[in-house]
Amino acid sequence: MADVTKNDEAVSDEVAAVEAAIAKPVERGEPILQVRNLVKHFPLTQGILFKKQVGAVKAVDGISFDLYQGETLGIVGESGCGKSTVAKLLMNLERATAGEVFYKGQDITKLSRRALKAVRRNIQMVFQDPYTSLNPRMTVGDIIGETYDIHPEVAPKGDRRRKVQELLDVVGLNPEYINRYPHQFSGGQRQRIGIARGLALNPEIIICDEPVSALDVSVQAQVINLMEKLQDEFNLSYIFIAHDLSIVRHISDRVGVMYLGKMAEIGTDTEIYDHPTHPYTQALLSAVPVPDPEAREHRERIILTGDVPSPANPPSGCRFRTRCWKAQDRCATEEPLLAIPQRFVGDDTPAAHESACHFAEEKDVVHAVN
Amino acid sequence: MPDVTKTAVENADPMAATAADAAAATGPAPQAEKARSLWGDAWRDLRRNPYFVVSGILILLLLLIAVFPGLFTSASPTYADLRNHYLGKPEYGKVFSAEWLGYDGQGRSVFARVIYGTRASITVGVSVTVLVTVLGGLVGMIAGYFGGWVDTILSRLTDVFFAVPFLLGTLVVLNSFTDRTVWVVSGALAFLGWTQIARVMRGSVITIKQADYVHAAQALGASTSRILMKHILPNAVAPVIVVATIALGGYISAEATLSYLGLGLPTSVVSWGQDISGGAQQIRTAQHIMLYPSIMLSITVLAFIMLGDAVRNALDPKLR
Repeated sequence: MADVTKNDEAVSDEVAAVEAAIAKPVERGEPILQVRNLVKHFPLTQGILFKKQVGAVKAVDGISFDLYQGETLGIVGESGCGKSTVAKLLMNLERATAGEVFYKGQDITKLSRRALKAVRRNIQMVFQDPYTSLNPRMTVGDIIGETYDIHPEVAPKGDRRRKVQELLDVVGLNPEYINRYPHQFSGGQRQRIGIARGLALNPEIIICDEPVSALDVSVQAQVINLMEKLQDEFNLSYIFIAHDLSIVRHISDRVGVMYLGKMAEIGTDTEIYDHPTHPYTQALLSAVPVPDPEAREHRERIILTGDVPSPANPPSGCRFRTRCWKAQDRCATEEPLLAIPQRFVGDDTPAAHESACHFAEEKDVVHAVN
Repeated sequence: MPDVTKTAVENADPMAATAADAAAATGPAPQAEKARSLWGDAWRDLRRNPYFVVSGILILLLLLIAVFPGLFTSASPTYADLRNHYLGKPEYGKVFSAEWLGYDGQGRSVFARVIYGTRASITVGVSVTVLVTVLGGLVGMIAGYFGGWVDTILSRLTDVFFAVPFLLGTLVVLNSFTDRTVWVVSGALAFLGWTQIARVMRGSVITIKQADYVHAAQALGASTSRILMKHILPNAVAPVIVVATIALGGYISAEATLSYLGLGLPTSVVSWGQDISGGAQQIRTAQHIMLYPSIMLSITVLAFIMLGDAVRNALDPKLR
């Protein structure tokens, strides 16, 4: 931990610097969170008493992206591609192996505990499973009110109950439910409680780690709409992690596609969904169910072969090359960087967005190909 | 979506009430219902469990005897009349009198000694359990939560204590004390007895600390002590309580064993272990001296084990 090596004076300076940075207002459309080459390797060890590192699971292996004030950035990818690890790294629940996360220009990956606490007030999280994200031994009032015990400067003591009830009302729950326990609620209601907890400190950024994937489809829409409403009301920026492509398209302004710890493609939702240039994105999109049987007949399905390689031993060069139909020798030796493909540079087409592929080309897979 | 901000409970529109989101709200009258928790459910379950009722009544009775032995007999456990020596066989007609269960080798009333011996046994059992739960719970919680080298050191330490044979180790420890009071015996039993609780607690904490609500508290910036006391401990303690309740009976019999072997409580203390030990020497001529303290001991141990078993079943939703 960083705070062990720093003396009190340095910590106080750091806290002051962080608080000054947080106080800076960020205009809509300016980057509020900048992620640069974020890396998380989980060591694989051998031996019981004297542990020897024999390798590492490269869960996140050099990811960069920006989150702009007031927008929703969707992050999609299949299970195990490192989406949730990114969320944990942004929340500092895991310490990054390398790389930086700049919140309003301040690197938050190496902060002391006290400075981090100030940052946490502004970056909050909504968890995936509403059945395990609420402490079963605490009432709803205690669960949400705990945020004010931890950050007493946000709400004076006598005011807390009223604030919690207001929050319950904001997320569409009856404020009378304040003394109930989590198991007395349905999944959707629990997720609303989780959202209320995330909102309690009035944060600027909320990181949503698959917030609706544990819910019924009918309830998913309600929760998503609630989140959109809250975004407008409180001027929030979301990082929305999910594997459901249609939900991500619905809520996101921009979308990043992850594969095996790397960002494959990133762009606005139209760019990604209607003009994907990375073969992995195209394959993912071709798997989206199409509700129209006519259109389904005509569209092209890209069926990938093989499994996702192990993140402990990823392929050389392009990570996707083992399953890619376009792969050539170059893909094994030279790693494609996330950048606007050479052939589209300067063009004013929606295909000109960042894509990590040597052979990026446009292919519309969602719409029926006649 | 107009009804996103309303729950079905307060919404009069029957169509909107079909929203699956609100359908699981419990009970038709939410304002009248009482909050339910794991312990609340367990308590409702326990009250209907005959094992719990029987063991609970027995334990309450034993506690009453331990606290107020004078209510149950007017005879003194230390008054010796050698005229009753060996001749004082039980007189079953004289219920609750000094003669009821006969006299021991020194002419002391067995009934009075059984009643007065309860206190020492219960005190040892309860105090060892409390000590073991606090010590083992603390070690297990720290090892489980912090992991890494802290866990390695504490777990190996637990293994070291676990490797020492319980009774033999306690005998060695007690041998170095000349003045063996109830507290010394309890301390010696707890000194070697905490390992089981530590292991149970460690496993339980490791499971709980991966729950999202612990991550949520960390994400809010909660201090380690808050996370441990508010989130980990209340959720991890159930299996520990079960193990501790079952072990309580074992500690009472361990005290009796130590007294029987001559390294438990001194002869001046009235305890079942002492009486069983003394009675064993006269087993051929006067079986009643050993029989009645043994029966009391068995009932007590059984009551606590039954209680622990019932509590375990009630706290485990899978067995419900």
